[in-house]
Amino acid sequence: MINIPSTFKISFRALRVNKMRSALTMLGIIIGVGAVIAMVAVGAGASRQIAAQISSMGSNLLIILPGATTAGGVRMGAGTQSTLTMGDAEAIQKECPAVAFVAPTLGGVAQVVSGHLNWSTGVSGTTADMLEVRDWDLTAGRPFTQQDVMSATKVALLGQTVVDSLFGDQDPVGQTIRIKNVPFTVIGVLAPKGQSAQGQDQDDTILIPVTTAQKKLFGTQFPGMVRIIMVKAKSAEDLPAAEKQITELLRQRHRIGQKQDNDFTVRNLTQLMQAREESTKVMTLLLGAIASVSLLVGGIGIMNIMLVSVTERTREIGIRMAIGAKTWDIRLQFIIEAITLSLIGGIIGIFVGVAASLALSSVSGWPTVISPLSILLSFGFSGMVGIFFGFYPAYKASLLNPIDALRYE
Amino acid sequence: MALIEVQQLRKVYRLGDIDLTALENVSVTVERGEFVAVMGPSGSGKSTFMNILGCLDKPTGGRYLLEGIDVGRLDRDELAGIRNKKIGFVFQGFNLLPRTSALENVELPMLYNGLPAGDRYERARAALKNVGLEGREDHHPNQLSGGQQQRVAIARALVNDAPIILADEPTGNLDTKTSAEIMELFTALNDEKHITIILVTHESDIAAFSKRTMRFLDGRIVSDEAVKK
Repeated sequence: MINIPSTFKISFRALRVNKMRSALTMLGIIIGVGAVIAMVAVGAGASRQIAAQISSMGSNLLIILPGATTAGGVRMGAGTQSTLTMGDAEAIQKECPAVAFVAPTLGGVAQVVSGHLNWSTGVSGTTADMLEVRDWDLTAGRPFTQQDVMSATKVALLGQTVVDSLFGDQDPVGQTIRIKNVPFTVIGVLAPKGQSAQGQDQDDTILIPVTTAQKKLFGTQFPGMVRIIMVKAKSAEDLPAAEKQITELLRQRHRIGQKQDNDFTVRNLTQLMQAREESTKVMTLLLGAIASVSLLVGGIGIMNIMLVSVTERTREIGIRMAIGAKTWDIRLQFIIEAITLSLIGGIIGIFVGVAASLALSSVSGWPTVISPLSILLSFGFSGMVGIFFGFYPAYKASLLNPIDALRYE
Repeated sequence: MALIEVQQLRKVYRLGDIDLTALENVSVTVERGEFVAVMGPSGSGKSTFMNILGCLDKPTGGRYLLEGIDVGRLDRDELAGIRNKKIGFVFQGFNLLPRTSALENVELPMLYNGLPAGDRYERARAALKNVGLEGREDHHPNQLSGGQQQRVAIARALVNDAPIILADEPTGNLDTKTSAEIMELFTALNDEKHITIILVTHESDIAAFSKRTMRFLDGRIVSDEAVKK
């Protein structure tokens, strides 16, 4: 019969007697567990940041940019040529079955004035569907309607940054602002989205009906022309189909011959971001795996010390056997010693890892996410390390011949 | 039924290619309450005999019945159980755990038979008092004299109420005066508690404390007689 509480007592006393050695052995596990938690926190922080950017961008999003102009053989960048029109947007909405919402935009940077305050910000003319495309909510007021777009009313939705700059704590809904000296009525406030993947403040913006933008603010020589068209596919699975349908439709509408290049670009940002998210996950896994190696090395340290301890205490083992310790009494004594070392090391390691994660994010500004799962896993793993690396020394101890062990000098 | 009954005991050690016979045809019976001294020169087989009696070693041939149980048929853990309950060991080198208090050393055998902590404490204190070490419970072995350490070892041997004490040269590391005190303690335990004591010794004045003396030579018992008082 094995007396578990007293076996624990025996093990703890042995660890107490060799304080310095126990502490150094634990250090291996502390560093291992701490490294796993900190590394996984860094990786998880990175992928959470990317996930947040994806969801702020709007899901299942395609962006159609106009093509490049060619001036005297010098090709300019995408978007320098104005090839997209309101007609294109309407056609996409009507004729592409994989598309749910379409939002053409036309805009630019403009000075905005409210009372004695002014602010320079991006003003986008768009349709009522913009909010659907970008998964954008309002915190106050109402969105503009199809009617507002048709009749080019002078209404505006303000981003949170613009509200803060122009109104402070005041309620902006119903107030009048002047954009390029044209008075607009504020009808709503957009919910904050934070930074985009490129680090832009997505809340520093004003949305107005696209028709109003064309007629009053950013009129060009081509009426009906838009800057970009944003499209929301019906689902993630429909994204490739939507991309194909839009490309075919626009080639047809723009009368592009078989061998000619597109005069527009369809970008699947979601896909791009998801690829980035995937690579971040791989990085997290890699960091965790590298950190786990140090945990493994810590475990080998425990085994090393336990083997030394068994040899050193051969005589003690002999005495214990002579007075009645059974095979498993001896085994458990050493296994519990090993587990105690690794678990106490694990607990301290958790604190070290959490502290390191917090320090990393406050010093270097990396976002870190301490996941309970990584804490649980590395703690459990350190316990397993104790059992695994403690077993062999314990097994070796239990096989000693009591007579030889008693005579051991 | 005799407490210890040994029949045609044989022990052969294999050292490389050579077989070394340590015990040959040893048959002996020890009754409850006896006080036996085992004597003989080095290599005569007395230590091997004690190891077998103590269930630390198994005979190559013959039978050893302890309270009627054939010890040769028991496995490792069953032998550990017998050692725990039936036999108390006292060694020449004391064999106490270092850096462990006297009380905890005495508690040790009880850790292996599941006695509750409260009982362990009480019994260990009582056993120490019995051997005249009251007040030394918290002393570590290195804070005790040789005689005191041997008393702790005797307390440890007594604490599980084992009917037998096997002592392997218990006075070998002690001076004459302390030796006599330890032997008086054994005599008292034998007289008052009827504990069977078997001790190995080189010295005839130590053997004189016993009631029966066995002499070993070349693995055989050459004489076995009562001590004349």
